Formats: sequence, C-alpha cells, structure tokens
Amino acid sequence: MNSRCAACKYLRRRCPSDCIFSPYFPPNDPQRFACIHRIYGASNVARMLQQLPENQRASAVDCLYYEAQCRVQDPVYGCAGIISLLYQQIHNAETEIAKTQAQIALLIDSNTQEQQVYLHQNIEVESDLNILLQEQGDEFSLLGPPNQASSGFI
Amino acid sequence: MRGTSPCASCKLLRRRCAKGCIFAPYFPSDDPQKFAIVHKVFGASNVSKMLQELPIHQRADAVSSLVYEANARVRDPVYGCVGAISYLENQVSQLQMQLAVAQAEILCIQMQQEAATPTPLDQDDKSLILSSSNFNINSPHPQYLINFAASSTNLIQDPLKRESL
Repeated sequence: MNSRCAACKYLRRRCPSDCIFSPYFPPNDPQRFACIHRIYGASNVARMLQQLPENQRASAVDCLYYEAQCRVQDPVYGCAGIISLLYQQIHNAETEIAKTQAQIALLIDSNTQEQQVYLHQNIEVESDLNILLQEQGDEFSLLGPPNQASSGFI
Repeated sequence: MRGTSPCASCKLLRRRCAKGCIFAPYFPSDDPQKFAIVHKVFGASNVSKMLQELPIHQRADAVSSLVYEANARVRDPVYGCVGAISYLENQVSQLQMQLAVAQAEILCIQMQQEAATPTPLDQDDKSLILSSSNFNINSPHPQYLINFAASSTNLIQDPLKRESL
C-alpha cells in the first residue's frame, strides 16, 4: 500500500503516483512540508518545482526549507538578517586585517631603524676605540721600546 | 470625489483597496514590481498573514526583507538566498584565515626582534669603555674589549712588567 507523502497528508488529499511533492517530502518528516507551506504555500512551491529540471528540485526544496525555517525563527528579517550579519562580519574582518597589516609594516620599519641605530653605535664605539688605541700607540712610541718603559709604569 | 488610488497589491489582485488595507503602507501604487515579485514567491495571503502577525512598527522591515528574499529567489530559482549565504560564509572564513596569518606574522616579528636585537649601547656604556684604562693593545678585536670593560687594572701592566724583567 502506497503511503501518502507528507505534503498530501498535510493537504489531506490523495497522493497521486506522479505527485510533484512526494520525492522531496517523505511521510516520516511532516515538519518539513508544514514549515515550507506556512511561508510559501503549496501552490507556489509546486509551481517553483515545475519550473525546475528534476535534478535541481531536491536542492531547491532544501533551500526553501532552510529559508522557511529562518523566516519562522525571525519573522521580521528571515534570511536577510543572516546575510546582513555576514556582511557585517566581512567588514569587521577586513578592518582588522588592515589594522594588523599596518602594525606589521610599523614593526618592520621600527626594526630596521633599530638595527641601523645599533650598527651606527657599534661603528661609533669602534671608531672611538681605534682613535684611542692610535693615541696610546703614539705615546708608547714616544717612550721607546718596551724594555725602556718599565720604570715609567710599574 | 474619488478616494486615493489603490495600492500596488490591490491593483495586481484586482480588488478594492480598503481603507485599512494591510498592504497599502508598504506597496505604493508607483512601484508595482515590488508587490509582484513578493506575490510570485510567497503569495499574497501568506504575506498578509505574516504582516498581521507582526507589530506595526516592524512591518516595513519585514516587507523589505521579503522583497529581498523574493528577488534572490527569482535570480536564483534553485538556491535563492542560501546561495548568497553560502558565498558570504566562505568569504568570512577566508578573511578569518587571513587575519590569523597576519596576527601570527606579528608574533613572529616580535619574537625575532626580541631574540636577534641585543641591547644597544647607551652613552654610559660607551663612556665606561672609553674612559677605562683596561686596554690590552695586543687584543685582536675591539669587541673583546667591550666584554671585559670592568676587568682589573693589572691587566695593562702585565706585558710591561714582563718586558721589564
């Protein structure tokens, strides 16, 4: 005995063999058709399905069910509310990325400057040391060879 | 004297536009397409039921969102709004990944900076090095001098003492 599909059960009618709803509304899930019917109505759904090739109807029904559920949960904004939220998330993420990339540029720039300062300081110290060594070297040469300098330093 | 012209809904439905018509505030007669598309996807009676279940101050937003969804469904008869949601969720996911990569890059740079950059010399360090007499003129590299800038004074005298013996 063929059992009626969920749509025909809901609509309290006979379920013909070529029922357009039956492949997508099995009798074990009455909520699915009830939800879609509440938002779209049976005739609109039937018309939409008839206008689609058969291989696309299952996906279409799944999407209609999703949208109908969104509308039931949020009667004012439905799916449009979710889309609005996603646009907001995209905007926030793009802003954060821009800020983070600016921080990266700043860090790289300050790192480069610090390295230059450090190198510059090192060069300065080395230069000063070389000058001092040169001066000390000159002093020693004035005093003669080392064996003559001991009395002046001990 | 004629009353106001019927709203777009009553024009399409070919009925008298009553004074308290639920559609009239949201479907003006100068925009027939708006109601046409909503009627095509949802049906007039479903839209009427939905609006009746809402407080008046929320109905305008509800109509806007219904028009949006109806347009999406007409543009994409298979996926409708769900197609847009799927696409946007994918975008959010990619952006979140980009953000995570950028934040990891910052941590990396900060760690590299802390590890690679030694404490730069300040003026006191330089003065200490330059004013100290602890120089071994035989030292091969000035860097060595910086490392024992605080060494004892007998270091300078040792080679001279040895020479004097």
